[in-house]
Amino acid sequence: MNDVKNHSEVSKPSPFGGDGGGRTIFDKIWEIHIVKKIDDGPSVLYIDKHFIHEVTSPQAFNGLNKRDIKVFRPQQTVATADHNVPTINQHLPIKEELSRKQVEALIKNCSEHGVELYGLGHPFQGIVHVIGPELGITQPGMTIVCGDSHTSTHGAFGAIAFGIGTSEVEMVLATQCLLQTKPKLMRINVDGELNKGVVSKDIVLYILSKISASGATGYAVEFAGSAIRSLSMEARMTICNMSIEMGARCGLIAPDATTFNYIKGRKFAPQGEDWDKAVVYWKTLYSDGDARFDNEIFLDADDIQPMITYGTNPGMGIGVNDMIPTTETVNETDKSGLSKSLAYMGLKEGTPIKGQKVDYVFIGSCTNSRIEDLRMVASFVKGKKKADDVEVWVVPGSKQVEKQAIEEGIDKVFEAAGFMLRQPGCSACLGMNEDKIPAGKYCISTSNRNFEGRQGPGARTMLASPLTAAAAAITGVVTDVRELLPPTPKGELAITLTELEQHN
Amino acid sequence: MSTPINKESPNLGSPFRGTGGFRSTCVPLNIENVDTDQIIPARFLKATSREGFGKNLFRDWRYINDDENQPKQDFVLNDKTYSGKILLAGKNFGCGSSREHAAWAIKDAGFDVVVSSFFADIFKNNSLNNSLLPVTVSEKFLSKLFEAVTKNPETEIEVNLETQTISAAGETENFEINSYKKTCLLNGYDDIDYLLSSKKEIEEFETPGK
Repeated sequence: MNDVKNHSEVSKPSPFGGDGGGRTIFDKIWEIHIVKKIDDGPSVLYIDKHFIHEVTSPQAFNGLNKRDIKVFRPQQTVATADHNVPTINQHLPIKEELSRKQVEALIKNCSEHGVELYGLGHPFQGIVHVIGPELGITQPGMTIVCGDSHTSTHGAFGAIAFGIGTSEVEMVLATQCLLQTKPKLMRINVDGELNKGVVSKDIVLYILSKISASGATGYAVEFAGSAIRSLSMEARMTICNMSIEMGARCGLIAPDATTFNYIKGRKFAPQGEDWDKAVVYWKTLYSDGDARFDNEIFLDADDIQPMITYGTNPGMGIGVNDMIPTTETVNETDKSGLSKSLAYMGLKEGTPIKGQKVDYVFIGSCTNSRIEDLRMVASFVKGKKKADDVEVWVVPGSKQVEKQAIEEGIDKVFEAAGFMLRQPGCSACLGMNEDKIPAGKYCISTSNRNFEGRQGPGARTMLASPLTAAAAAITGVVTDVRELLPPTPKGELAITLTELEQHN
Repeated sequence: MSTPINKESPNLGSPFRGTGGFRSTCVPLNIENVDTDQIIPARFLKATSREGFGKNLFRDWRYINDDENQPKQDFVLNDKTYSGKILLAGKNFGCGSSREHAAWAIKDAGFDVVVSSFFADIFKNNSLNNSLLPVTVSEKFLSKLFEAVTKNPETEIEVNLETQTISAAGETENFEINSYKKTCLLNGYDDIDYLLSSKKEIEEFETPGK
């Protein structure tokens, strides 16, 4: 389609400080959602779609009930249960009392306020940032919020999507609006072709390693460049998902043919004439050639290796063949942080991370639990077996992903490899349910945060791509996945089982 | 500002209401990149009310093996030398998860102000929505504060929202806050009241053809 070419042309790096007339995609979406602006204060921003889940919504509904008001636009809010649900035996009542009460509160609140709920047992249930896109609820040009920081995921469609606190959830429920100050704008360009075995998770971990876990605080980040544009929708979601890990308010990617093809035909996607109209509008959503960014970064895709984190924030990542940094090589202010992180992780500075023993592998979370992630892992793992002393959990992002995986025979591949396919939920990403990594154990995780105790008290998390995680599952140690890949041309990886079989 | 005040506004508990400022000793937490998972671990987010999170503030840094009978003596919140309504923290405080429970936990544990050289965006908003004032100071001023407090734990810090100043050990620095939020904190207004008062404009905005 022509628009792809047009978009890449207009999003070519503009000279810093253009003439000021051009607008970014962020400006375009932001401006048409302003209800009004308060003098020397924030703006009243209209919210198109609001996702809620069981953990950050109960206090917001309590607030509405205290004020004796109903949800203002219930049809613009969608609910699911994901953070706190078990990932086995979902047909049984939730054993843990507090978790059960929280899920029950969500059911009650949604029913009293007329909010659509895709709860446990519903064929659409799943991680909130997986189900929004797969149902076609998430669309370009929208403002989207949720009481969850990884709401930035939806920005992959060219939407302004960001996480909010519970007081703000209450505001959106009550008025469909938020008071927001416009963030600064940053564009991160990744150009060139990706190396074999390097996937979108590696791109975002690489960006994080370059700009740090606070490098984009105060900014909305647009991801651009040929390497980004070559990614599938699901791969783009992985990138935008982790924009919050740079501190960004949100991350977004201009929509193109890849975006439109993904949305078309999905349950809540516009149909017929509405579809045509929508696409005409969506095609206007890109940053003008002379648009002005407050900060712009250029990275070369060829420099990116399979990445892994060694520390306790997502900015602490290295190429899988690199040495763990030493306190001598980092600047003065980072020294204590590095020592503290390495002490927690039980790792030594200046040593290789490759070969580090792994106890658990977690493939899941709103970052990497979609069907393409599962296909990628399955195509790599087929015919292989996990290492004896590694426990491997694969947690699909939604019921639909789970169903698709079973239809494609992916479940059988996992079973043969000794991987445990569980049921949809946030699971060991945050260890809120019983899926926790024991203290002191090492987990290669496809999730988004390696914070101390994130996956359970004392758990040691190493973030990586689904491929790198799968490689560690097979060898039992941190591994360069490329050493295990069949010799295919650069960048080529069989992404479906059928394709893999054709390769073989 | 003609914002209606709702009796249930959490901001009516704003320590800045009317007076604009106060003095207090502080608790120095000299660690950078403190994420909200440290402030309140996910396993304590199962409540459906806003109260009671304070006892699990920094839970995994406070206790050995999650055992309340085994406090980690070297963690500052367990150190009786330090107390007060101000939490002094390293840069990039409150990063990570959007959980407002982090702000509730800090507030519930008796803090009214957090001072740092850099706050994560969502945490900052959540704090302001709970009358917990995030005060951003320069790196230099922050290290001076840490130094002064470590030397003398009785050091008092004065925070004045009206004048947007923070002073301690003979030094003063100004801090930024947008005037809307300042008005809210000084008067006990909150965003939801303001938005509810804007309903008519919101409905007009929604009408097609506008």
